[in-house]
Amino acid sequence: MNVQTLAEKLNLTLLVEGDLERDVTDCYIGDLLSWVMGRAPEDSVWLTVMGNINSIAVATLADVSCIVLVENAALDAEAKAKAEMHGVTIYQTEENSYSLAVKINELLL
Amino acid sequence: MSNAIHLHYDVSGEDFTRAGEASGSVKKRLKSLGYNSDAIRRVAIAMYEAEINMVIHAEGGFCDVDIYPDKVEVLLSDKGPGIPDVEKAMQEGFSTAPDNVRTLGFGAGMGLPNIKKYTDEMRIETTLGVGTNLYLTVNVK
Repeated sequence: MNVQTLAEKLNLTLLVEGDLERDVTDCYIGDLLSWVMGRAPEDSVWLTVMGNINSIAVATLADVSCIVLVENAALDAEAKAKAEMHGVTIYQTEENSYSLAVKINELLL
Repeated sequence: MSNAIHLHYDVSGEDFTRAGEASGSVKKRLKSLGYNSDAIRRVAIAMYEAEINMVIHAEGGFCDVDIYPDKVEVLLSDKGPGIPDVEKAMQEGFSTAPDNVRTLGFGAGMGLPNIKKYTDEMRIETTLGVGTNLYLTVNVK
């Protein structure tokens, strides 16, 4: 399933548009960036509340398909600019990680 | 080996916003050279962790990268305070990072353990009050 289809099915709000055709094959949840960077699988959708500039670097280095800021966590201006520069797709939702992940699980099965 | 590609980066110690520039650039370079994605990911993650360490603890430094056909070697060098107890610093969860770093999602005590995990060789030369050299090798399979 690609990023765009997943986002539509989950009613996510698009904040930064990168490659929406990219495949999503997995899901990872985490807010400690070092932890996420070392463990998030490639091509996963990453659920987090960390919307700062370092999240963008981590998303790029770990090669995740997109970031979803859960519980309406904010994306700061610097992070937005960097995400646009690097083509990192970012969504936002009011749902929490757990309920969103449950739905993602059904979609990716 | 004469066929290495040599890259040099200065790592700014001012703030986090520039950390990741060296690792991001090396990642792009390796990609364009056709290295496999696992090796690229391991180099990029190890370098980024090391860059972050330099920003948090050492006010920056420099980074030399040598790209060979079968491996990537990285030296990260700083003139920071040095690491008093390397064995302790290598333990997952041990951190001396200040609180403001933690609110940014770092300081989990995962830096050096992550670097170790993602590299094939890792060597630390550190002298208190003088600085730290971190040598990394990632083999390209």
